[in-house]
Amino acid sequence: MTETSSQNANVVAELLRSWNAKAVAEVIEFRGETTIVVPRELLRAAAEHCRQHAGLQYNLLTDATCLDRYPHEPRFELNYHLVSIPRREKVRLKVKLSGNDPVVDSLVAVWPGANWLEREIFDLFGIRFSGHPDLRRILLPDDWEGYPLRRDYPVEGYRDVPNTGELFRKSSTP
Amino acid sequence: MTTVETATGTAKTMVLNMGPQHPSTHGVLRILLELDGETVVKAVPDLGYLHTGIEKSCEDKTYSQAITLTDRMDYLNPLGNNLVYCLAVEKLLGLEVPKRAQYIRVMMVELQRICSHLVWLGTHAIDLGAMSVFLYCFREREEILKIFEMFSGQRMMTSYIRIGGVALDPPAGWRQAVERFLKMMPSRVDEYESLLTENRIWMGRTKGVGYISAEDAVALSMTGPTLRAAGVAYDNRKVFPYSSYQEFDFDVPTRTDSDCFARYMIRVAEMRESLKIIRQAFGKITNEGPIKAEAPGIIPPQREKMKTEMEALIYHFKIFTEGFSPAPGEAFVTVESPRGELGCFIASDGSPKPLRVHFRSPSYINLQALPKLIEGQLIADVIACIGTIDIVLGEVDR
Repeated sequence: MTETSSQNANVVAELLRSWNAKAVAEVIEFRGETTIVVPRELLRAAAEHCRQHAGLQYNLLTDATCLDRYPHEPRFELNYHLVSIPRREKVRLKVKLSGNDPVVDSLVAVWPGANWLEREIFDLFGIRFSGHPDLRRILLPDDWEGYPLRRDYPVEGYRDVPNTGELFRKSSTP
Repeated sequence: MTTVETATGTAKTMVLNMGPQHPSTHGVLRILLELDGETVVKAVPDLGYLHTGIEKSCEDKTYSQAITLTDRMDYLNPLGNNLVYCLAVEKLLGLEVPKRAQYIRVMMVELQRICSHLVWLGTHAIDLGAMSVFLYCFREREEILKIFEMFSGQRMMTSYIRIGGVALDPPAGWRQAVERFLKMMPSRVDEYESLLTENRIWMGRTKGVGYISAEDAVALSMTGPTLRAAGVAYDNRKVFPYSSYQEFDFDVPTRTDSDCFARYMIRVAEMRESLKIIRQAFGKITNEGPIKAEAPGIIPPQREKMKTEMEALIYHFKIFTEGFSPAPGEAFVTVESPRGELGCFIASDGSPKPLRVHFRSPSYINLQALPKLIEGQLIADVIACIGTIDIVLGEVDR
């Protein structure tokens, strides 16, 4: 299992590198899963390459989701889970985004199925996808303030509740 | 083309608001339909009425506590949700589950698949005017729920599959109950088919309705029976086997017509395949053996040990007060739910609570293709198309 997955990691990484030397920033292997970190500017082209190239054929974008590592920077990590139905392989493309400028190219032109996945990420994390045909909130009401799945958005009591941790630290300092 | 003078000008089309309270939307789904006579020109789904922030809530729970939340997403497939979540946590931990527990899991999720397909078939038929099928389906569903109650004490939100195994040993008398079900069910599936498959009204309402090509279905990330009805044999149980599915002998039914009728035939065939799997699992589950992995500090110790061994008592205390901490990393696991590819992505930062839990819900992603299915069709077919992609709004909105 692990052996085949690392073989696949090599295949994907080599094919992406031979296409563009800068396309692979990092390759992560964890528990038999392959993650390829792609620079933000190259995401759209790398995704297109993953879908089109005869040796890759990642025709199904199964999932896209975001991860917030607040307070670390770059705080956002976008994870695209690709499946190649003919090759029976999976890979994860990852893009890191900073908190000041969370903008990335939309992949709707590559996989139309990315539409609602990206809308969900926009809705819950506030990441903007340039080139998205219909970037609106999807799960929350249109007039909702804030992005609930960010780590600095509390699980409950986000309105007019004093930050007790902050108060405690202030009172305990001499 | 007849046009109507309205206050704002000449109108060729009208906009109809369907839902959120509409019986055939199976929950609270709203669709804005632009109609030209009876033909749908454009459809815009509007969701989020059941959004409860389950993914956010998981971030504030320990790994074991979050299991009960997963039950409540797709309420027709609670065991499958438990399974995908537990598999993801087990992958993060690098935990090996004993074979006996794996087979019990397989048997339970396959029973769940039949249960879910029964609800689908019954409600889909009632939407299209076939009342009696619903009553027959719910009769058999009751039998499955009784088995679940026997195993876990709960009919629906069982939380039976736990990290490292299953919650309880199979109860006394489980073999008789499952055997009775296995004996009864094949003829019951034939019965549904005799009510519908060659029924002219049923064929008229479903054949040629809601077509989508295989290329479009893959491009729109569709999975499950809807994709297999388009001719793509993509089933996670075969392609990326989990929980020892590679040891089971079953077929993945596919068809090429890709209409509502084909999806109906696929799901009926899947019920029969699930029965095959349950029968095999039934034989593989031994009467004695472990149901949980051996992992002190992660799996709660047995009661007897807690009363005789100090370490067990300490572990018990630690697990329930602070939980356990998987190594930092990310895991993404997919399983085949009755609706398609159900995925769970978990990121750990090395603390006892997950950094991020995300569910790839098949209902949400399959629903995206709804406009493609219904644009250009009649308004009556909208009902058939919503039914045929088998959405559960609790899972769509999470």
